[in-house]
Amino acid sequence: MTAHDINLSRRSLLAGAGALVIGVNLPRGAKAQSGAAQAFRPVGGAAAFAPNAFVRVAADDSITVLVKHIEFGQGPFTGLATLVAEEMDADWSQMRAEHSPADVKLYANLAFGVQGTGGSTAIANSWEQMRKAGATARAMLVQAAADAWKVPAAEITIEKGVMKHASGKQSGFGAFAEAASKLQAPADAPLKQAANYRLIGKEGVVKRLDSADKSRGKAQFAIDISAPNMLTVVVARPPRFGGKVGSFDASAALKVKGVVDVKEIGSGIAVFATGMWPAIKGREALKVTWDESAAEKRGSRELIAEYRALSRTPGKSAGKHGDAEAVLAKAEKVIEAEYVFPFLAHAPMEPLDGYLEWNAQGALARFGSQFQTTEHQTIATILGLPPEKVQLETMLAGGSFGRRAQVSQHLAAELAMCAKAIGPNRPVKLVWTREDDLAGGYYRPLFLHRMRGAVKDGKITAWSNSIVGQSFFLGTPFEAMTVKDGIDAVMVEGAAELPYEIADFACEVHVPKVGVPTLWWRSVGHTHTAYAVEAFVDELLQAAGQDPVAGRLAMMGKEPRLAGVLKAVAELAQWKGPDAGNGRMRGVAAVESFGSFVAQIAEVSLEGGEPKVHKVWCAVDCGVAVNPDIVRAQMEGGIGFGLGHALYGEITLDAGRPVQANFDTYRSLRIHEMPAVEVTIVTSTEKPTGVGEPGVPPIGPAVANALARLGQMRPRQLPMVGGTV
Amino acid sequence: MAHTLKVNGATHSVDIDDDTPLLWALRDNLGLTGTKFGCGVAQCGACTVYVDGKPMRSCVTPVSTLEGREVTTIEAISGREADAVQKAWTAGDVPQCGYCQSGQVMSAVALLKEIKKPTDRDIDLAMNGNICRCATYARIRSAIHDAARTLEG
Repeated sequence: MTAHDINLSRRSLLAGAGALVIGVNLPRGAKAQSGAAQAFRPVGGAAAFAPNAFVRVAADDSITVLVKHIEFGQGPFTGLATLVAEEMDADWSQMRAEHSPADVKLYANLAFGVQGTGGSTAIANSWEQMRKAGATARAMLVQAAADAWKVPAAEITIEKGVMKHASGKQSGFGAFAEAASKLQAPADAPLKQAANYRLIGKEGVVKRLDSADKSRGKAQFAIDISAPNMLTVVVARPPRFGGKVGSFDASAALKVKGVVDVKEIGSGIAVFATGMWPAIKGREALKVTWDESAAEKRGSRELIAEYRALSRTPGKSAGKHGDAEAVLAKAEKVIEAEYVFPFLAHAPMEPLDGYLEWNAQGALARFGSQFQTTEHQTIATILGLPPEKVQLETMLAGGSFGRRAQVSQHLAAELAMCAKAIGPNRPVKLVWTREDDLAGGYYRPLFLHRMRGAVKDGKITAWSNSIVGQSFFLGTPFEAMTVKDGIDAVMVEGAAELPYEIADFACEVHVPKVGVPTLWWRSVGHTHTAYAVEAFVDELLQAAGQDPVAGRLAMMGKEPRLAGVLKAVAELAQWKGPDAGNGRMRGVAAVESFGSFVAQIAEVSLEGGEPKVHKVWCAVDCGVAVNPDIVRAQMEGGIGFGLGHALYGEITLDAGRPVQANFDTYRSLRIHEMPAVEVTIVTSTEKPTGVGEPGVPPIGPAVANALARLGQMRPRQLPMVGGTV
Repeated sequence: MAHTLKVNGATHSVDIDDDTPLLWALRDNLGLTGTKFGCGVAQCGACTVYVDGKPMRSCVTPVSTLEGREVTTIEAISGREADAVQKAWTAGDVPQCGYCQSGQVMSAVALLKEIKKPTDRDIDLAMNGNICRCATYARIRSAIHDAARTLEG
């Protein structure tokens, strides 16, 4: 099922409402038995009315939306609350949001089938569900008021959270919360017509629900958790991937003031201390001999050489029409380009961390869980507890960019191993340092694209792309999600099919075995395919004497929405060709990802030999833009994130060891390197799609294409500045 | 050994090693968790506090250097500049994940105390020690200009 197939039946809504009673009661039941569960905070405060799994209305008129998606910046708290508020005609000031508990029966991502966040699906899969939840709550509150006022429900209107009847009667929701809770949920509460929206798609009426706390240091992240008797844990992990503990001597570590214990766990040696500083000092005092017999010892340089050789051999076909090889063989001139993309770390500002307390009766885990269902199971399994005795509270997280969406469950597993090793009734907080984060793997894989193309009579006649890189899905339980006929779709998305009509086309893929753990990274396959495709198509169009915008549009007859954003961004930037007329050059790129369409134009100059990006224009079509300002924010942030990594980001392996250790060498975009950004949102009545990732892919190739007009080659190897390989 | 720390107007005695960074004393010993850990090597600015009114990176400031000095954290900033910055941050919906924003706000308030009407260049110089991985930089810049305007009026 895709996010677009979602259609809630009456049965599933009622099942949700019925199951809610269980969902609310379980924690209380567990609380009676388990000391570990006592810290659990019932969701929605003291709500009087809980019409379904998502909406809580309290006597004070506040409406709390239980959000099944983790909030780590992309705005689901605000977005999902907007959908509920719209259908309830609530006043925005009465809206609140908090994370829902982990419960796959109630809170599955309808695009995944399990509870989890990713793939820019939060709004898309909640669009119908959350509006239904709000409409149901509205209908029940109106009915309760109608019963009390002895008027027909149809005569009651709602204005900014106030129910009104022509007789002069009026009331907020809170006064009827208890009465509404005694009513049967209606089968098919009607949804509003788009013409009647007051919040969805409107400018200036919705503000983020989390801005105030986050501007005052009040937002609570996992790293902020403390509890009586809690220990802070840091773990010494093998310096090479695939290494393991040979032997260790903890005697010096145990002498560090504040160090309480040292234990070997599956991922390394865990140091338990009364605080972070003694834990760090204790780890420094450890003497560990690592067994690296099975470790990956190749460096980036060796991998690139191997990938280069592989790219020149036939691979598995990921896409083909016509006969690209035959056309290339006869072409007057074959244009070739090889693009190399380094390993990249996600480096969220809050490093990985988590809290866990447990005993024989139950457990409570609190962390920035992105895949709640599988992480819940992992923790229960390692602690040897029945899943229903394990509670997982999702915390706000300081960014993810894919890092917390763990196919391997390694953080949840390490957290549970730490807690198990120290024993019951001793809460632990596991914290990774920045060095742990950057050396810890789960990188965007290193990729190499070999491109060949031909042009004739002003047209691109052939296109061949050979892709080499690791798959982080092959051989995992998630394989079925993305792997078909041996091709991992997320490795080739954006490259196996092009938005451009090219008669003879081939895309092949090689998947070498490399012992470096890798993972999706904001915009996944598009992080490299968009650069390879958009830089190469620009190079071919330049060779064919075509304008970058007009040349693309001429090949996009079957892609009206992508062509639409390209036209919109050209208009926004008043595009008159690559020459900006002020000594700067402009480059363009247009990419569909996750069902959203984004085109960007970057205006670039060279300063001291380095690219300086002055301004980026961006057009986005994400269907109905539920929260236009959040859409803009995600485009701005996506551009900054994508630009920082295209310019500066790389994790280099030297004989298997990561070289970059902290932000001094893993260079991150800073404020003076951020371009001005202007965003236009293309009006659409299509169902909404996501915006967390789609802002990222176009910026790298847009900058590369501008550099080509500044007399530079389009950078063949990223990062553009200061690469070490 | 015991160290006396003056934080947000109150005096605390904490029994920790001399080399303990102020960041961990604030977070683990005093429970002031608004100040964040991002790098531990003064590269990201998430841990920015004021020592005697000046912005400092608490992750590399040992508690042994703070005898008799006044520490202020995000929990206790106040005054016209702090109000203007925090209001501008909220009005402009600056934060995304929000984790770096304590440090960003501390640096921005310090800037406005020094320079009433900062230029873009002033903002670059004052703020380029604060990394935001969500890259909310365009809104940080706008919010500082907005805050400066409200301080004028």
